[in-house]
Amino acid sequence: MDWVIVAAGILLLAIGMYVILDGFDLGVGILFPFVPDDADRDVMIATISPVWDGNETWLVLGGVTLFSAFPLAYSVVLPALYAGVMVLLAALVFRGVAFEFRPRAEKRHLWNYAFFFASAVAAFAQGLVLGGFVEGFDVEEGRYIGGTFGWLTPFSLMTGLALVNGYALLGATWLILKTEGPLQEWCFRAGRVLLVGMTFFIVLVSIWTPLVQPEIAARWFTLPNLLYLSPIPLVTAWCVWRAWHLLSVRRERGPFPFAIALFLLAYAGLGVSLWPYVVPRHYTIWDAASPPESLAFILVGVLLLLPLVLGYTVHVYRVFRGKVTQHTGYH
Amino acid sequence: MEFLADPIFLSRFQMAFTLAFHILFPTLTIGLSLFLVVLHGLWLRTHDHAYMLLFRFWMKIFGLAFGVGVVSGIVLSFEFGTNFNGFSRVTGNVLAPLLSYEVLMAFFLEASFLPILLFGWGKVGPRVHFFSTVMVAVGTVLSAFWILSANSWMHTPVGFTLRDEIFFANDWWTVVFNPSFPYRLAHMLNASLLTVAFVVAGVAAWYLLRGRHIDLSRRTLSMAMWTALIVAPGQVLLGDLHGLNTLEHQPVKIAAMEGLWETRGHAPFVVFGIPDSEREENRYALEIPGASSFILKHDPGAVVQGLSSVNPDERPPVGAVFWSFRVMLYAGFLLLALALIGTFLRVRRRLYDSRWFLQLLVAASPLGFVAVIAGWFVTEIGRQPWVVQGLLRTIDSATPIPLSSVAGSVVMFLVVYHLLLGAFLFFLYRLVQRGPDERVPSEGIPGAPRTAWFPSAPKEG
Repeated sequence: MDWVIVAAGILLLAIGMYVILDGFDLGVGILFPFVPDDADRDVMIATISPVWDGNETWLVLGGVTLFSAFPLAYSVVLPALYAGVMVLLAALVFRGVAFEFRPRAEKRHLWNYAFFFASAVAAFAQGLVLGGFVEGFDVEEGRYIGGTFGWLTPFSLMTGLALVNGYALLGATWLILKTEGPLQEWCFRAGRVLLVGMTFFIVLVSIWTPLVQPEIAARWFTLPNLLYLSPIPLVTAWCVWRAWHLLSVRRERGPFPFAIALFLLAYAGLGVSLWPYVVPRHYTIWDAASPPESLAFILVGVLLLLPLVLGYTVHVYRVFRGKVTQHTGYH
Repeated sequence: MEFLADPIFLSRFQMAFTLAFHILFPTLTIGLSLFLVVLHGLWLRTHDHAYMLLFRFWMKIFGLAFGVGVVSGIVLSFEFGTNFNGFSRVTGNVLAPLLSYEVLMAFFLEASFLPILLFGWGKVGPRVHFFSTVMVAVGTVLSAFWILSANSWMHTPVGFTLRDEIFFANDWWTVVFNPSFPYRLAHMLNASLLTVAFVVAGVAAWYLLRGRHIDLSRRTLSMAMWTALIVAPGQVLLGDLHGLNTLEHQPVKIAAMEGLWETRGHAPFVVFGIPDSEREENRYALEIPGASSFILKHDPGAVVQGLSSVNPDERPPVGAVFWSFRVMLYAGFLLLALALIGTFLRVRRRLYDSRWFLQLLVAASPLGFVAVIAGWFVTEIGRQPWVVQGLLRTIDSATPIPLSSVAGSVVMFLVVYHLLLGAFLFFLYRLVQRGPDERVPSEGIPGAPRTAWFPSAPKEG
């Protein structure tokens, strides 16, 4: 058993969990100023207040897993994306402030905008970081040598917008699941618009990345890879169609899982494009991995504790399952 | 102001600022979570409604502080990489796994049981709710365990081999339980209890002075002062033990704390003084002869190692360490004095109506935080110029990032954190101003519809 692959799997799991879970709660923030009824904002907050800090913990797990399993990558990627990472972190802090204090404040509209702004900036910054990562950096002798905004390119700006759109779709479909009445109806309509946007961005990324990076084109468009990998675009297309249908016929349970599936497929596509690099085109996961004695120590912890962690997570979502309405806010 | 144009200085400033800001909140939540466990436990045992009212009140403050702690903590888990990539690369094999354990063992535990603690009324029974409260408290302590283990290793690195200037762990047990860890952990956990005891006492005294929530506040003041009576002298003892451990492993740090320039016998304790690194002496010094030797070696004549035993480039900035140490020490002894006066007043049955004492308690409520921050300054600045004692210099561990990047992030964090702190203090004041909601009815404990005693609790969907 190759421990490096297991460690990479844990890193991918942590990032994936983060993107899905914090994705929907950031998405709820992004939709915040657009819902028509002010009372609905309390409902929206109430759907995420028991879970948001657990959701953000997956980001911390992603960060420390990168640090502990791939210290070389951690020490190259983070300085390279410095400005993007800092904006992302400050936005998450600011969002936490707005989240905590909004229910207690009198001037709520101010905190409403703060919450929206911080959620949107956090999502956009994550997209920037993702885009910068995919494009790769100038690295020499284990050190990033590009400039402060070396990764700020049309491509990364586009992935920034794509993630804002995608998180908003996750947020809208989450709210469809958790609410009812006019708010839910509004989310059905918003969900269709956001689904169109998401599809647009998926297609755009799929065309753009292979054009910019010949290695990625080679991975996807040669035989027999083309055949093995064809399920990814095909299943994506099917998911888009199913999600559109479920949103149109106002089925409340379907859209959220399909939105998650779209994210996972896009994530898998990225994984295929970048594998096995943890610093694209410079270091593979094996180059950057920490030594076996460190990996073993981490993996023992993960093996014992991750099932518990997943157990708690499921438990929290179960305790707080069901609809939230204007009369049953948590605060 | 040349240092403002030095990206490494700015990285260090940013790290220190974000760390110091963050530590305030765990300090509050570790102690408060244990206080919540006690209140909840007392309520389950006695069914006395007062404990539940108090629980509900302190739960809100806990929730507020916890949220700020979480978001300010996320920043830290990335800052090692962004601003100190030399450090992360060289020590990552050893230190980062400890952080992984912290996240897996503590953060998820806290994050998953906290919502049940805060919003779970009416959704789970009282016993499950109590269990969740206990789990949150366990999480806060486990979190302190792992992060302090990692921090202590930077002071007393053991259990590793160094190959090609990279640390490799060869014995995890030794790494985790490195020599300074037990002392630092005990000192910090106790500091949290001491800080929180005086926060709780300060709030109770504030109500008593205003004639509000008399019964509830007497109970909390009593509990807080009993706690203080145990943990304040305990902190003196633990601090002394921690100091002796530091003397063994980091004698130069101790010399800076004491302002001791020459290695000598009969080393004095400098009550006041201004250390002057140029002339290697303390100006305007007020000293107690032999006291430092006595404290450190339990013999007034014993020889104590001075700063001049190492080259100036291996000494920490003496003034900062010296004064941080005195701030911590004097704040700690003030709290000890208050704990003793409180006990004296209690024996005389005057604890609840001595207005001067209650006013002192209100004024002293932030003192624990002052001591904690000062204490961290002592231990962290005292380790300089090393980031890993004797092995890796801070200057070699910082990321060579452009000045504009780090200046931008410093300004951004200063703005966002000040907003955060301002808002936190404002809403904390509002919560205290509003006080425990005594209108919550006491019938229905336990068994009756729980939503009746917690009207804001959500119903099952």
